[in-house]
Amino acid sequence: MYPELGQLALILALLLAVLLSVVPLTGALTGRDGLQAFARPLASGMFVFTALAFAVLTHAFMVDDFSVTYVANNSNSMLPWYFKFSAVWGGHEGSLLLWILMLTGWTLAVAIFSRKLPATMVSQVLSVMGMICVGFFLFIIVTSNPFDRLLPNVPADGQDLNPLLQDIGLIMHPPMLYMGYVGFSVAFAFAIAALINGRLDAAWARWSRPWTTIAWSFLTIGIALGSWWAYYELGWGGWWFWDPVENASLLPWLSGTALMHSLAVTEKRGVFKSWTVLLAIVSFALSLLGTFLVRSGVLTSVHAFASDPERGSFLLMLLGITVIGSLMLYAFRAPVVHVRSRYGSMSREIFLLLNNVLLVSATLLVAIGTLYPLILDYLDAGKLSIGEPFFNTTFSPLAVAAGLLLGVGVFSRWKKTDVGFLARKLLWPLAVSLVASAAIMISYGGFAPWAFLGVFAAVWVAVATFWDLWDKSSSRQGRWYGLKRLSRSYWGMVLGHLGVAMVMAGATVVSNYGVERDVRMVPGDSAMVGDYEVVFVGIGERRGPNFTAQYGSFNVFLDGKLVADLHPEKRNYPVGMSVMTEADIDAGLFRDVFVAIGEQISGDAWAIRLQYKPLVRWLWLGSLVMAIGGFLAIADKRYRIRARAEDRSVAAGSAPAGKPVEA
Amino acid sequence: MHPIRKKRLTIIGFLLIGLALAVGLTTYALRQNINLFYDPTEIAAGNAPVDVRIRAGGMVEEGSVLRDTESLKVNFRVTDFAASVPIQYEGILPDLFAEGQGVVAMGRLNADGLFIADQVLAKHDENYMPPEVAEALERSSKGVHRADAGKAAETVDY
Repeated sequence: MYPELGQLALILALLLAVLLSVVPLTGALTGRDGLQAFARPLASGMFVFTALAFAVLTHAFMVDDFSVTYVANNSNSMLPWYFKFSAVWGGHEGSLLLWILMLTGWTLAVAIFSRKLPATMVSQVLSVMGMICVGFFLFIIVTSNPFDRLLPNVPADGQDLNPLLQDIGLIMHPPMLYMGYVGFSVAFAFAIAALINGRLDAAWARWSRPWTTIAWSFLTIGIALGSWWAYYELGWGGWWFWDPVENASLLPWLSGTALMHSLAVTEKRGVFKSWTVLLAIVSFALSLLGTFLVRSGVLTSVHAFASDPERGSFLLMLLGITVIGSLMLYAFRAPVVHVRSRYGSMSREIFLLLNNVLLVSATLLVAIGTLYPLILDYLDAGKLSIGEPFFNTTFSPLAVAAGLLLGVGVFSRWKKTDVGFLARKLLWPLAVSLVASAAIMISYGGFAPWAFLGVFAAVWVAVATFWDLWDKSSSRQGRWYGLKRLSRSYWGMVLGHLGVAMVMAGATVVSNYGVERDVRMVPGDSAMVGDYEVVFVGIGERRGPNFTAQYGSFNVFLDGKLVADLHPEKRNYPVGMSVMTEADIDAGLFRDVFVAIGEQISGDAWAIRLQYKPLVRWLWLGSLVMAIGGFLAIADKRYRIRARAEDRSVAAGSAPAGKPVEA
Repeated sequence: MHPIRKKRLTIIGFLLIGLALAVGLTTYALRQNINLFYDPTEIAAGNAPVDVRIRAGGMVEEGSVLRDTESLKVNFRVTDFAASVPIQYEGILPDLFAEGQGVVAMGRLNADGLFIADQVLAKHDENYMPPEVAEALERSSKGVHRADAGKAAETVDY
């Protein structure tokens, strides 16, 4: 009974989405306020029905309703309740439903937080969101219905959730990632709306900026969680594999980062408008591409739940319509909006432009490396894979260049920066960074050119950011007052850049100074990894809720002192007949010691993987810092002050607030 | 020159430099890092290049897995039921590596026809691309074996 209600709710939501995509837009184009007034109620209704469908599916998981095919395929009565909950998005249909829930959620958020925007703009934005919703509702209802039943032969028990996905990382990773992916639809909708009514101005940039930043922050967290999960759950301690599914999430992140920066220029200086719009379109298109790659079964991986060609072609069609439609609109409308604003060849505008060039080049590189093998395969021109070395050799130089540029750009001024001034400004930070990175290199024992460049870029970004913070916070009323006076968006930028520095430092150090050893050990053996001595104590057995496990006991010593007691496991899940390696990690701010057990070689000898991972945590901590920066930036006062000022002027019946409050 | 035109030219110049850099790096890196897939029949026929990083894949032959007792060295053969290739690997094999399982190995073929693998991928690994194995089996096998290949393709479904 309930599942049918869920299905009904989805269909109703589709109908509302159709109305939403037509009615307010018609109202906006013909100037009828009555039709535009439908926008917000329709958006709310769409969200409510989608949430209802999601609740119904969750309920089916919680009560083990195995008459629902999707539940039977992805759950089991022995699964702990929290994994039953996360299993809702553990497969294709459910994760798609989550995607749509987020999409309608973002639509609702736009409806709620857009009270200060002109009504026509809101109607158009919400209508565009509605169109995207229509596409995805059709997709889920036609090709991937999560409420399909297995009647009358209801299985006695479910087939269990893939054990790789029975993990806290999976509870968190997809929702965060989807928040990011789907969030770019808002920036996209604003761009399309602006193209439709030709209002590509600073106000448009100011409206879409917080949405872009928040989506980007979620995406950052989502990617970091995925990397963290791969690190400890896939069992072998890698944190980024340049796997196509990972690249699929990196692509919109890179172009989204470019978008954030070019939006800043458009808001502050009113230039780069066409470019910004294009980036907004590209970012969302790349989000869709990511969804297509991961969900269509083009790629075989833990993410590709089913290879149903119908789904792939449907998604490809959605992608095609979005890209072609929006680019056509762009082609016709973008030239209309042209600018006259001046800036010198040595200005913050130019530095941000270079930042965009680097980020877009990186996006292109990753896209080529990811798509080239797929296209060749599709054309039947041969099977090949493009491995990690390709991405490492091409991506690292761009990352280093972006870091070096960032440090210079921080000190630059809008419009025009004097070269002499910049050079004087840079002298000390440069000296400090050189000394600091040399010291870091020595402490890790060994000079390597690439490692030095990476560390230097990271230190350089950090030093420049702090330097600028120091400059900006000087005040006659004392340092503390100066620090408090800085705007939240400035603090957001500081954190964002420090986060980048942390990720760069982490990536460089762990790749260059990490130690990885596969050894054969019998109980009583010891092996060195980095400065740590690992002693294999023995093997034991235990039972989990839905698995049995063999676990190893290891003592980790540093200079003869016991620092950790680790118990990596080899788990056996009887329902899905699968084996899983569960590593155990002694985590620390400056280093991880990682132990995983492989197979039993002979007698009581085991294959053991030992790893020493310096600064590996900085990858995820840095991402978190970046995301916090993003959240801080959107909490900036200027969005609220301006809103209040406009409120007052509306209340007084006068023209919009005369004096803009620039941050 | 008109200042706006000059600016446009600078911007276009930057874009071109960026693009050229990207294209240059890409082609350079692509030339070195494309790993082609060869099935056992092709390797046995001598069609695979020696000492070039390639991928080889097939089913692990029953009874072919030999472990060294003193180290992590392991020797096994992969087969597409028409020909088989000896593979040597040192390290930890993936969880679901087993005789009769489809695997893909990454490494170099030496002059003696031994494939020295530096990476072995099996199910449960994000990098695992079993369709190639399935296809290789499809190409080489007939009759009974085709059913096996079909089964290999089915187990891809996680």
